Parts: sequence; C-alpha cells; structure tokens
Amino acid sequence: MQGRDIAGLMALIAAVIAAPLTIGNDYYLGVLIFAAFNCLTCIGLCLLMGYAGQISLGHGAFVAIGAYAAGIFTTSLGWSPWIAIFAGVFIVAAVSAVVGIPTLRLKGHYLAMATLGFASIVHILAVATVEVTGGPSGLLNIPRMSVFGYELDSDLKYFYFSWAVVVIGLYLAFNLINSRIGRSLRALHGSEDAAASLGVNITACKIQVFVLSAVYASISGSLYAYYVNYIDPGPFGVMHSVLLVTMVAVGGMHKIWGAFTGAMLLSLLPEVLSFSTNYLKVIGIAYQPDYDILVYGGILLLIMLFLPEGVFEGLSRAARAGRQLVRR
Amino acid sequence: MNQVSGLTDIIQFMVMGVQRGAIYAMVAMGFNIIYNATGIINFAQGEFVVLGGLMMVTLTMALNLALPLAFILTVIVVTAVGILMERLTINPVKTPSVLRLIIITIAVSILLKGAAMIIWGKGSHYMNHFTDAPPIEFMGAYILPQTLWIVGILLCVVVGLVVFFNYTMIGKCIRACAINRDAARLAGINDRKMVMLSFALSAGIGAIAGIIVTPIIQMDYGRGALLGLKGFGAAVLGGLGNSMGAVVAGVLLGILEAMGAGYISSHYMDAMALLILLIVLFIKPSGIFGSSEAMRLKEF
Repeated sequence: MQGRDIAGLMALIAAVIAAPLTIGNDYYLGVLIFAAFNCLTCIGLCLLMGYAGQISLGHGAFVAIGAYAAGIFTTSLGWSPWIAIFAGVFIVAAVSAVVGIPTLRLKGHYLAMATLGFASIVHILAVATVEVTGGPSGLLNIPRMSVFGYELDSDLKYFYFSWAVVVIGLYLAFNLINSRIGRSLRALHGSEDAAASLGVNITACKIQVFVLSAVYASISGSLYAYYVNYIDPGPFGVMHSVLLVTMVAVGGMHKIWGAFTGAMLLSLLPEVLSFSTNYLKVIGIAYQPDYDILVYGGILLLIMLFLPEGVFEGLSRAARAGRQLVRR
Repeated sequence: MNQVSGLTDIIQFMVMGVQRGAIYAMVAMGFNIIYNATGIINFAQGEFVVLGGLMMVTLTMALNLALPLAFILTVIVVTAVGILMERLTINPVKTPSVLRLIIITIAVSILLKGAAMIIWGKGSHYMNHFTDAPPIEFMGAYILPQTLWIVGILLCVVVGLVVFFNYTMIGKCIRACAINRDAARLAGINDRKMVMLSFALSAGIGAIAGIIVTPIIQMDYGRGALLGLKGFGAAVLGGLGNSMGAVVAGVLLGILEAMGAGYISSHYMDAMALLILLIVLFIKPSGIFGSSEAMRLKEF
C-alpha cells in the first residue's frame, strides 16, 4: 500500500468511528449502512472496470445471488449466517467463473450487453422460481447476524460491522492493485496485446478479477439481506446493475477512492434531494422522489461529457491546481 | 389452449412469434443503423420504442387525433429526440472511448425513462387496435388484424430502408461513412451530419415499432431495457450491422420465444430470448448471418 492510501484508510476509520457520535438519528445511520453496501460492491466493480478495463452491467445479479443465498440458507435450511455468506461467496464465485469465461472473451458493447442480459435473467429467475425465492412477494424473517456471540440487533452495531467490512475490502483491494496482479491488470487496461507479449496471462487475469469483483458484490448482498431481514426481487432489477456502474463512473473508475467517492455520493444523493425538497419548494419547484431517476441520469451524463475521469479525479486535480497557486 | 390440436398450437405460436419478432427486428434495425454509421451501440434504443408507444397513446386516446396523423406526429417527435440526443451527447465527445460511449447512451436511456415516467406515470397505457375487425381464423388459429398491421409495416420499413440505402444520395453517403469514414470525408461527405441522420433514422424506426406494438402489449415507461436487450439479441443473432439478418433473426427469436412460452413456461418467456442472446454471444458473436471476417475488421 502507498502512503497516501494508508492515510486515506486511517481517515476513513476515524470518520467511521466518529460518525455515530455526530449522528444520533437511526434513520441516517441506516442510510450510511446502505452506503456501505454500495461502497463494497463498487470497490469490486472498480477493480474490474477501472483496472482491468472490463465493463459489467451484471453486478446487480451477484448482489442478488449473495442476498438470496443468505436468505434461503438461513431461513429454509437453518444455517448460521456466516456459513450462508460463505456459501453465497462460493456460489457467486462458481457462477461468475462460468459466466465470465465465455463472456470475457467479448469486448466493449458485446460484453456490456452480455452482462446486462445475465443480470436480466437472474432477475427473471428470482421472480419466477417462487418455491425457492418466494417469487415477487420475497423471503421474510431473515434472522439477524451475530459477530463473536454479539447479536447485531441495533443499527449502531450493524453500522460498525458493515463499515468494518468495507475497510477490510478497501485494504485488500489496495494490496491487490499494488501487487504483481495489480500491475498486470493495469497493463491489461493499457493494451491487451502489449500485456500478453510481456507474459501476462490476460484471460486468466480477467477472469480472476471478474470473480473477485463478483465476490465483493455477493458479500455486499448477503450483508444487505441480514440488515433488512427481508428480500424481494424489486431492488435487484437491471436498473440496480446500471446504478452500480453509474456510481463507479461518476466517482471515477480509475482509482479505488474514486469508486468509493461515487458510491458515497450517489448513495447519499436521495437523502440530500429529499432534504432540499423544502428549500426547492420555496423557490417554486415541487420536487418529488420520482425525479431521482432524472437527477441520476443527468449527473451521469454531465460527468461523462465534461469530467470523464470522474468526480474524484476532478477534485484532486482542483486540489493540485490550488496547491500550486498557493506555492506561487 | 390444451384442447386444440398440436398443429393449431404450432400455427398459433408462429403467429404470436412473428408478431413479437417483427418488433425485435425493428429494434435490431435501429441498432444496426447507428452501429453501421458510428460503431456505437445505442443503449437508449429501447427507450425510443417506449416513447413512440406512449406518445401514440396520448395522441390517439387522449387527444383523439386520426390514426395516420398521430402516427406521423409521433415519428416526427421521436426522431427529433434522436437528433437532440446525437447533437447534445454524442457529437460533443471529442475523445470517445467505448466505455465512455456506453455510459453516455446509458445515461440518455435513464433520462428518457425518467422523463417518460414523469410525463406518463408508472401505469401501463392501453391503446385501441388500428382496426377493430374480429380476429381472422386460419386453420384453427386466430390472427389479430393488428398482427397483419405489424407485419405489413415491418415489410414497408424494410423496403423503405433498402430503397433509401441503395437508391438515394443520402443513404449512399451514410453507407459510405459506415464503410470508411475517412474516405467518405475525402469524397466531400459531411460525416458528422451522417451520424446525426443515422440517429434520426434509428429513432424514427424505434418509434414506429413502439406505435405498432402498443395496442398489443400495453406500453409503460419501464419497458425500454428489455425491448432493447431483445432487439440487441436479434441484431447479434442476425450479425451486427446486417439489416436483412436482423429481420430474419428478429422473427426467429420471436417464434422461439413464443414456442418456449407455450411449451415450457410463460414465466421464463423473457429469459428465453436473453438466453439465446448469451448463447449466440458465447458461441458465434458474429451472428448466424455475419461473417467472422467482417467481424474482425470492426473495432471490438
């Protein structure tokens, strides 16, 4: 890990510890818990998109499989949540390898469409296999998790737990990208032919990172299921996969902190929007939550048109420029 | 449906399949036109279909316009949306990477979907069939008059496109850009204008698809993604960029889907076409009518 990333991670840990002290409200803690799930998925997706240069519009499906594995194994089979999470990870690793091996031979638009089609199929299956998934009405009464015998029965406990997982996820991701594999990935993104000529096994590399990013999504899905204690196919539609890509792209897909920033920004955006509703009313705009989709689309479009490197890169560039101004 | 004989079943499924397939074929042709001119897959293609359908519902059901007038107005409006999309989001991008273009067209599709939701609400919209004649009986199967409209209009669009691309100057110019953009520019063709025209044409065809299918499926704002995916399936199956292939593949896909829904389970109907898309992508991404030679020349 590089010094700057260690510093960032330390700052994040401090912020996580401090956040509940300033936020007394359980509702806002809940929002931050959902943000943690998105951050976890986006860290994985960033490894795939930003570092290996492969787009996936199917990661919502891996989140869904992780969530359903958690739900089904604990409610129907009575497994402990921890075993269910690992079972989900194994299933997702296997599924993503099976899907990834043929899919990752594709590039660009073909890859995007193939993964989108996969996400769509998983969603259709979640709705149609009523005996297993509960169909449209979903799975109820998923139990809570316990960590070392402590039941995570409050939002505060779950907040610390899920953010601890995010911190671990970030730590592992940073270690990965600064390892030999990470360098191969970056070479791969630059030019596949050049990377191959330097002895990088590009097929194996792509599939490994695809499986790893799917595992991040799976764990995020399982944690989601144990937090809301109820899952239905609703949140796992194709739109969710698109939203995940949006988060990574808006934040900046070439840096893990970028994807993290994007996930935070877009997770908190609905709250900011509903918070600002009252102010907008004053100037005569009746904002409704329905408009969120337009705001998301608009932000994504503007970022891609004017700041294709993402918000994080834009901010760090501004900071660099600012520092230079001060030095003068 | 179980009481009737096997043959009647098959004919009925064929009819249903052709009707669905015609729509996929038209969406696929929309993909192809833009892909040929620019190498871009437009993820908002399905949204053009939705806009066409919903616009038509408003014009005919709420405003009581005559069918042909509403048809023309709808196509004009959606075509204008296509032109706006190209001018505002594709044209200004100076350093297009595939990933960036994918995300841009996705962003446009989100915006169009959101706009449709706000304008038309979340419910599904009903529209009268073009003619309210009773279904025609054919060997025990029933054919809706609307199905004949769909097939007829598909044929008109195909013939229209063939004539346009082979016998008009503008059509030839677009094809020239598709084959070699630099050479086309050297020959004095305004390639950026051709890109805009291809978006216009593709949006117009999407709108027509939406208009003719809405009486049968009832349109709502959220249908774009699935229609787009299946249309892309048809485009890939037919060999991306090959419009005749798209028509055959679209109809084939529709028939397979209807058969699958009839003989296996209607719950998995939508998954069927997508599964076929995935299988084709895995086994022969150049499509059943495309050559792998031509495929290698394309950028991805």
